[in-house]
Amino acid sequence: MIDTFEIRGGGSHIEVHKFRAGAIIIATLLALVIQASFPVHFARAAILDLPLLVTIYFGLSRRNPSTGLLLGMSIGLLQDSLSGPTVPLGLYGIAKTIIGYLASSIGARLDTEHPAARFALTAVFFIAHQGLISLTRRILLAQPESWFNMRVFIAALVNAIVAVFLFLLLDRLRKRS
Amino acid sequence: MIAIPSRHKSLVLLAGVIVLQVILLAMQIKRDSQGRLLRVWTVGAVSPFERAGSYGFGWFRDTWRHYFALRNTTKENERLREENDALKLQVAQLQGKAAEADRLAVLLNFRKSHADVPMIGARVIGASAGAASQTIQLDRGERDGIRRNMGVITPDGVIGKVVESYSNTSQVLLLTDKESGVGATLADSRIQSPVGGQGEPLLIMKYVPNDDSVNLGERVVTSGMDRIFPRDLPVGTVTDIKPGNPFKQIRIKPAANLERLEEVIVLLSLHPLEMKSEADPAAAQPSTPGVANSSTAAKP
Repeated sequence: MIDTFEIRGGGSHIEVHKFRAGAIIIATLLALVIQASFPVHFARAAILDLPLLVTIYFGLSRRNPSTGLLLGMSIGLLQDSLSGPTVPLGLYGIAKTIIGYLASSIGARLDTEHPAARFALTAVFFIAHQGLISLTRRILLAQPESWFNMRVFIAALVNAIVAVFLFLLLDRLRKRS
Repeated sequence: MIAIPSRHKSLVLLAGVIVLQVILLAMQIKRDSQGRLLRVWTVGAVSPFERAGSYGFGWFRDTWRHYFALRNTTKENERLREENDALKLQVAQLQGKAAEADRLAVLLNFRKSHADVPMIGARVIGASAGAASQTIQLDRGERDGIRRNMGVITPDGVIGKVVESYSNTSQVLLLTDKESGVGATLADSRIQSPVGGQGEPLLIMKYVPNDDSVNLGERVVTSGMDRIFPRDLPVGTVTDIKPGNPFKQIRIKPAANLERLEEVIVLLSLHPLEMKSEADPAAAQPSTPGVANSSTAAKP
């Protein structure tokens, strides 16, 4: 079985990675449980969005837009259902569906293995994710929501830093070629 | 039949998935349903891990705080510390339990001093899975008599209200959430106005006219007008006052530390409650042990 293969085009090649059985499901559930548990003990941990980081990582690694968006949708809907009834099902779902799609589309065109690329992409995706949530709240739910503020900027940087190390950890779940 | 080029299939799938979720959102708004079935399944699947994680993390944190974090404070004593490692570990565990016992004793005293109010203690086992809402998850639910819209407090003050109750767990909307609110009164001037969250650590008092006099540091207590919380429970203190149009912008620091909640009290009543003042000697008398159990909770 081929575990790692390459997308060729325009003279460049990009690896598509596969993961050990159950790795995506376990990593996703672990991210959701930690996301729901950590802020109880460390209030500042609420700034992290681990489900988003997992969505971005698997999107960038798998590089298949269809699986990326379906994984993003699943993670988003689970996050919605864990966030209490004030968060309607679909709020995170829509945002993470689009992020999953974008991550896997970009992953198929760029080499996203370098920590600097991962840092920059995560920061951009985090801000885009917040923008999509604001857009959904404003347009579909008619709720006032700011587009961008300093807190979002800081959260994007923090999540991008965490992503660099988290992605290195998740790299260990890849099947060796 | 129209053939979709393979390079566009993922775009079509994306559009389809988003449309489905938009319809899901629209259905929730129109029917006021909250997708309860999916939420029950998800919470039911995740809450055992949260519960285990909460206890495990508590043990780890207590051990870390009282043992490892102190280990390198002085190099001179290192050899002696190593000799006493096992003993200190035991001490750390006992200290953690003692701290927990102290917190529980405060809760118990509070319950004894308000024996006429049905209430039940609960442990916080989880928080919101995203920044879009400010909720916590409790380790007690419908089986313990907890229902939606019941008030949640600590001895320090108001926490929020129950927004969803499952069989063994429940979700509480914190006062700091944008959609949260409580009927409140300024303790000195007795001006009544709702206090709500804005997704930040500080609360906001919404409808106090510019002509009314409000002082910094003034206490804010519940008014009882929301029919969830009894009167005169602490909500917070005024920390900032700015003139606005047409109402003042009053920011309030919550009385309870909403960022570090471990045990809380759920008021087990959906009817308006009257709570005796702490200063009331009759209310402060210790009552029978039965007040702390569910027999009290069954009171209407």
